[in-house]
Amino acid sequence: MSTLATTSKSSWRELLRYSGWIIAGLVVVASIIGYLSNAQVTTSMLASTLRQSTPLILGALCGLLCERTGVVNIGIEGQMLFSAFIGFLANVYTGNLVIAVAAAILAGMLVGGLHAFMAVYLKMDQIIAGTVINILALGLTGFFYTAGLTTEGKLQPINLGPLADLPLVGPVLFNNPPITYMAIILVFVMHYVLFFTQWGLRTRAVGEHPSAADTVGINVNRMRYINVIIAGGIAGLAGGFLTLEAVGSFERAMTNGRGFVALAVMIFGKWTPFGAWGAALLFGFASALQTQLQFIGTIEIPHQFIGMLPYVLTIVVLAGLVGRSRPPAAVGKPYETD
Amino acid sequence: MTTKTPTEPGQERLKQFLLAAAIPITAVLLAALIGAILLILSGADPIAAYSALIKGSFGSERAFGRTLEKATPLILGGLAVAFAFKGGLFNIGGQGQLLFGAIIAGALGFGISGLPFVIHMPLALLGGALAGALYATISGALKAFTGAHEVITTIMLNFIAINITDFLANGVWKDTSGIVARTPAILETAAIPRLGTNMPLGFFIAAFIAFLVWYLLFRTTLGFEIRTVGLNNHAAHYAGITVARITILTMGISGFLAGMGGAIETLGVVGRFQPGFNVGLGFDGITIALLARTNPLAVIPAAILIGAMQGGASQMQFDAKVSFEIIDVIQALILFFVSAEMIVRYILRIRADQGGSVTLSTGWGQG
Amino acid sequence: MNKTNAPIVLEAQGITKRFPGVLANDDVSLTLHKGEILALLGENGAGKSTLMNILYGLYHQTEGEIRINGQRVLFHNPRDAIMNGIGMVHQHFQLVPVMSVVENVILGSEVMRGGGRLDIKRAIQEVSELSRHYGLAVDPTAIIEDLPVGIQQRVEIIKALYRKANILILDEPTAVLTPQEAKELFRIMHDLTAQGISIIFITHKLKEVLEVADRIAVMRRGKMVGAVSPENQTESTLAEMMVGRNVILQVVKSDAHPTDQMLRVENLSVKDDRKVTVVNNVSLEVRAGEVLGVAGVQGNGQRELVEALTGMRPVSGGRFFIAGQDATHFTPRQITELQVAHIPEDREKHGLVMPYPIEDNMILNAYFKPPYANGSLVNRAAIRSHAEALVSDFDVRTPSVVTPASSLSGGNKQKVIVAREFSKPVKLLIAAQPTRGIDVGSIEFIHKQIIQQRDRGVAVLLVSAELDEILSLSDRVVVMFEGRIMGTLSMAEATREKLGLLMAGSLD
Repeated sequence: MSTLATTSKSSWRELLRYSGWIIAGLVVVASIIGYLSNAQVTTSMLASTLRQSTPLILGALCGLLCERTGVVNIGIEGQMLFSAFIGFLANVYTGNLVIAVAAAILAGMLVGGLHAFMAVYLKMDQIIAGTVINILALGLTGFFYTAGLTTEGKLQPINLGPLADLPLVGPVLFNNPPITYMAIILVFVMHYVLFFTQWGLRTRAVGEHPSAADTVGINVNRMRYINVIIAGGIAGLAGGFLTLEAVGSFERAMTNGRGFVALAVMIFGKWTPFGAWGAALLFGFASALQTQLQFIGTIEIPHQFIGMLPYVLTIVVLAGLVGRSRPPAAVGKPYETD
Repeated sequence: MTTKTPTEPGQERLKQFLLAAAIPITAVLLAALIGAILLILSGADPIAAYSALIKGSFGSERAFGRTLEKATPLILGGLAVAFAFKGGLFNIGGQGQLLFGAIIAGALGFGISGLPFVIHMPLALLGGALAGALYATISGALKAFTGAHEVITTIMLNFIAINITDFLANGVWKDTSGIVARTPAILETAAIPRLGTNMPLGFFIAAFIAFLVWYLLFRTTLGFEIRTVGLNNHAAHYAGITVARITILTMGISGFLAGMGGAIETLGVVGRFQPGFNVGLGFDGITIALLARTNPLAVIPAAILIGAMQGGASQMQFDAKVSFEIIDVIQALILFFVSAEMIVRYILRIRADQGGSVTLSTGWGQG
Repeated sequence: MNKTNAPIVLEAQGITKRFPGVLANDDVSLTLHKGEILALLGENGAGKSTLMNILYGLYHQTEGEIRINGQRVLFHNPRDAIMNGIGMVHQHFQLVPVMSVVENVILGSEVMRGGGRLDIKRAIQEVSELSRHYGLAVDPTAIIEDLPVGIQQRVEIIKALYRKANILILDEPTAVLTPQEAKELFRIMHDLTAQGISIIFITHKLKEVLEVADRIAVMRRGKMVGAVSPENQTESTLAEMMVGRNVILQVVKSDAHPTDQMLRVENLSVKDDRKVTVVNNVSLEVRAGEVLGVAGVQGNGQRELVEALTGMRPVSGGRFFIAGQDATHFTPRQITELQVAHIPEDREKHGLVMPYPIEDNMILNAYFKPPYANGSLVNRAAIRSHAEALVSDFDVRTPSVVTPASSLSGGNKQKVIVAREFSKPVKLLIAAQPTRGIDVGSIEFIHKQIIQQRDRGVAVLLVSAELDEILSLSDRVVVMFEGRIMGTLSMAEATREKLGLLMAGSLD
């Protein structure tokens, strides 16, 4: 199969290789031109891009940490949905947003623990394990959800003083609610941990060549358990973003495929935190464009077609990049010491 | 499924069959048990709930007819997933393929007039199935030529299908006699009738299709090719099988089955296309396929079981005041226990080399 | 040479290891003295690797005890073994290909700066010092996958020394080396023992044992047969200890009578999965009735050459002809149809479908032909009787033809492939590593089958990394090095030394 894919290497694939940079460049140019002509629309576009990208980068960081340690996680969607629900319930019953965010993170870690149990301990097919999580989350949140619950409010933007007064970047980057800031900080933290610490070195070794790690005394399954649980916490934060920061309420199946888009973001970003951030911003921009176009309403495109944009983009990204970018070598394979 | 020494072929086969069946049955019982605990936690009486569920699904001829009616698209959804598994693919896109099958069957059902039943109904049915096949072929081709994993592409195509069918039911094919976004009712000549008062003909069509799928997989050379690719695509390449062709074909046939499920739903149950109907079928198909351990014939009882749960759910909601989402939870738990075979094997003390094993797809880029 | 007066550093006593249904080690005892090289000899499956994995803490013995410097020890995992000064260089390198040398060396025993941070600068210094001290030159910042195999092996040795190992276990270290690289390894081994390090050297190559060992321990079917000193041993006495009977090391065959040209390869180039050209301008020919051996250390393009010739890998330059027909861009199916049989290098990946019953594996590439197929339907009865006949003809040891291939032993798996490939009319046989990792009985059987095919007028292209196999089966030999053919030799010219030099790329 790989031979077929590689022989049909044609020029459009070469174009795709640079598509990320091309699109990013176009976005920058367009936003400067846009700012000069209509500052308000451009600012709100970019701010919306950042907001839309937040659950995606968090989801992608979750997927990235799992895969770097050798576990495929297609259950991000379910993890996000479940923790969005738990965070929402905590907000309803305590009215305390800090507790609610903590509850969302813990819920994500719990589901991460379940995934690790299935993938590492039971050595289940990891794609199936992720599917179990997705379906279970859909069922449980549907069963326990009762309509009409209300909350006291949601997380508000924190204004970073003088920085927020800068033109264009100020309102976009320095006047955001807390989970958005946390997502950006996590990108840096994840990069540092993966490439400059003992934990990161061991995580990558376990994901690339588990028996090499085992023979120098690293407990492969323990590393995988812990990483998958921590990653679950990150997905939990993404869920918390949805119910505690973005909308302030819960709806059935409200994740709307974001968990899967996050996986495409991770692949687009070549399993690196900064790459994933760039990809998440691109996808966020596509979503922002969608709402903006609906808002303006001057262009006659049916809303269903605009709504498809992120999903189509995901397919294009996958088709153009898988096979060229290299996933961690041991991803998806349970570790067995015969 | 593997068989051991042929010393006592008949007896051995029976033993293997019982061992193989024990795993899914135990999984269902465990899921029902945990479901009962959840019911108690939410303040309901599990015995009342479960007996209402059984009454609502098998309690009367009408109830049984409804169970079979619910089971019909489930058989096809389960077959779609099971068939893809045999070819080493995981089709989570049953949902999208079903929507396309349903809307095309609906359009053919209301849009063409003057045909007799024997032509119109099969035409609409096959038209829907082909629409599902074409839609699934997109994922198959992406997998074969670019290596894009079918799990993500099929899910993305689900969302895209929701948007496109919604657009069609709201636009060109909208029933202008009402405000609701849906297509006009299909003509009498396109409808799949019932046998007697309660027995849906569609069920028997679906069961026959299950047999055809079994025959295709185990008695034809194409089936041999598909199973070889599914178990070891490197060996298939060595053996001169064109892996890309088989991948596309497997996905297409899988989509054909899901599309037919949607067509039967439109032609035999709902009578028209309505956006958002039967949204869970893609996921139900996974549960059923794994419950049947990817055996096409075992898909029939597995689908009847899930169909009974869905058919009896409203009775349960009415009698025992239990929200019918509990069915989704139990289904998810069934899926968990059938895929977490190790737990069930431990409970039943079945060794790893007994009762057969199911090989599924895995990983991102194993191409 | 006698170092038996030196203190005993490691002692294993009465080690027994049971796996479900298998007794891998049966009351095995072993001693190792300071500064000696102990060769552990035995054929595949004799229990050498099991014993070493127990000494390294990867397995746990069912019975028996291990003493290090007289102290009784119990290893729960490799970490315990490492702490007790044991280092192991595995046959399959335990190196992360995408990481640097230094990252691989420190993994698990990292140099830290506090707060969980790595101190890569200091780690590089330490690795450089180590490599200078023991004469193991290597660039600490190089990425493993860019390094040649010999250097990767050095990194493995440095890894062990970095962990203060004074007992070094080398598992089949020469399998991937040229004879010259092996010589260099032996030099390093002597340097290390001179500094007080003790080495257990696992191998099944008799010549090496006699060349390098201070003492020889021989294992057979899970038991220790005896420990001897090399002075009063010859290859055949060792072989007898290893196998338990007089083995004929030479394959009996008559002279070849080559006739028509069956395979002609002209300036063939092939790329690997990473798009690197690994077969470079190769030309050769094989005639009906002769065996052309392709010698070379594995990883020099042989795999890609075979895959190209069997249609499994696209050709990037040049052409090849089978029975006069240009088959350069043929599919695997088209090539099989030219009556080409292919014994693939990786039997579990390419040669068999593990969960399939033997009968289905027997028709893996003929399933579409009568009598196995009637049109597009499969004929199960014909498939079964075909498989039953082959199982008895080729002596495949199995309870039945519906047994899955996965439950067969390595030798019987290979016999299934050989049976399948030889059960049809063959003009050209392409055999890649046909006897790798299987028992002596099966090796003899398969060698006989290959010679029989040759005598029937089949052209045979034999690719093997085992020099002995090449020397005993071939009628002519070519040597591959870094994707090129280094030379073609007649059997009269093909001495071990000359082949070794060509395999190392010297002498054009």
